[in-house]
Amino acid sequence: MIREKAEALARRGSLLTAVALLALAGVYLRALMFTPIERFQGPAQKIFYVHAPAAWSGLLAFAVTGLLSVLYLWLRDRKVDLVAAASAEVGLAFSVIMLTTGPIWAKPIWGTWWTWDARLTSTLFIFLLFVGYQVLRGAITDHETRARYSAVIGILGLVLVPFIHMTVYLFRTLHPDPVVMKPGSPSLPGEMLVTLLTSFGVFTLLYLGFLAQRYALAVLRDLKDEEASRAVS
Amino acid sequence: MRDALRAALAIAGKDLAIEWRTKTALVSSVTFAVLVLAVLYFARDPTAVGAVDVAPGALWVTFTFAAMIGLNRAFLLERENRAMDGIRLAPVSPQAVFFGKLAANLVFVGTVELVSLPLFILFYDVPMVRGLPALAGITAMATLAFVAVGTLLSSMVVRTRFAELMLPLLLLPFLVPPVVGAVQATARILADRPLSEVQGWLKLLAAFDIVFVTISTFLFEATLEE
Repeated sequence: MIREKAEALARRGSLLTAVALLALAGVYLRALMFTPIERFQGPAQKIFYVHAPAAWSGLLAFAVTGLLSVLYLWLRDRKVDLVAAASAEVGLAFSVIMLTTGPIWAKPIWGTWWTWDARLTSTLFIFLLFVGYQVLRGAITDHETRARYSAVIGILGLVLVPFIHMTVYLFRTLHPDPVVMKPGSPSLPGEMLVTLLTSFGVFTLLYLGFLAQRYALAVLRDLKDEEASRAVS
Repeated sequence: MRDALRAALAIAGKDLAIEWRTKTALVSSVTFAVLVLAVLYFARDPTAVGAVDVAPGALWVTFTFAAMIGLNRAFLLERENRAMDGIRLAPVSPQAVFFGKLAANLVFVGTVELVSLPLFILFYDVPMVRGLPALAGITAMATLAFVAVGTLLSSMVVRTRFAELMLPLLLLPFLVPPVVGAVQATARILADRPLSEVQGWLKLLAAFDIVFVTISTFLFEATLEE
């Protein structure tokens, strides 16, 4: 019963991922052919249509992990822990996209691959924190203990991020100001805005597709573990 | 409330008594601190960078790394002979246990800092007399911050594989706000500047202390075996 459900979820997840990947190709077609070139940054700005949405999906994934961690300590439901873990792993993938596309853009525009700006530093530390989260999960064999401990890290991480942001903000900052999520109306020209918002939607779909598949995999793996321990005993 | 305080003091006293009789962790941590101070003194180009320029960073890297050795050991004690089970059986709230552990760790880390600070002043030849009270205050704030999170994490990592490896990996991100703040404040103190210049950092340190001591106290229960 659980197995059939998980397999169905995995199928739906891969379908969603396939649709999202097609849409991503569409976004890029639009970004490259039908969206005007930015006056100051030139073609380098095109990477923005991947970078910002990937960052969005990555941060969304980590926020979901953090909130589910709170929920886990409250409900103690194994499914909640598995979704949190799946989200953390998917978030790592998106963070890698964000952390590689960022420097590629920064080199021609800022003249440097990396700078210790508030947003760069916070996202780097979120990434490292969740690498730690994964390593911790790998170092605990008992399901229940693993779930509790990773929930603790998830919650601590959620609280830490604003502090790191504040820290670097007090230090100094350089990242371009937000162009969409900011007080007042978005400052991006209409055509670019449409491309960007489509890309945000596509990356959210990608996140959901990955999450569903990763969660289904975790459930199936759990089943295998149980079967194995039953066979031994 | 008074019972909880008594229990916390009993736990802290027990930890400190064990440490006082063996002194293994204290001697290792202090020696480690001296070694780090000495190595960092040479980790610069002496013709371009003065010792006083690297001093604040060196001091805080020393403090935090030495503290990590002590934190690693804090719950190892409870693991031997499953001592934690005994504590859990006692009619004591998890918060009281956490405060006891936190207090013992604070005394331990404070002692390491107290011993390495004079050596730091000596090695780096920094003018320190007037700024000493301010530096003590900053040190207390930053130490409370990372020892609170460290105590919580230490309670978890002892029950994992590769415990010694896991603590730095998980704890270092949490050191960023307190240590950056402490380094900034220390630099101003060493330069004989008024602390009002680092008001923002002091507020950040205070907020970090309040938030993380509270959250660690409540999350501690989730790290215990059930």
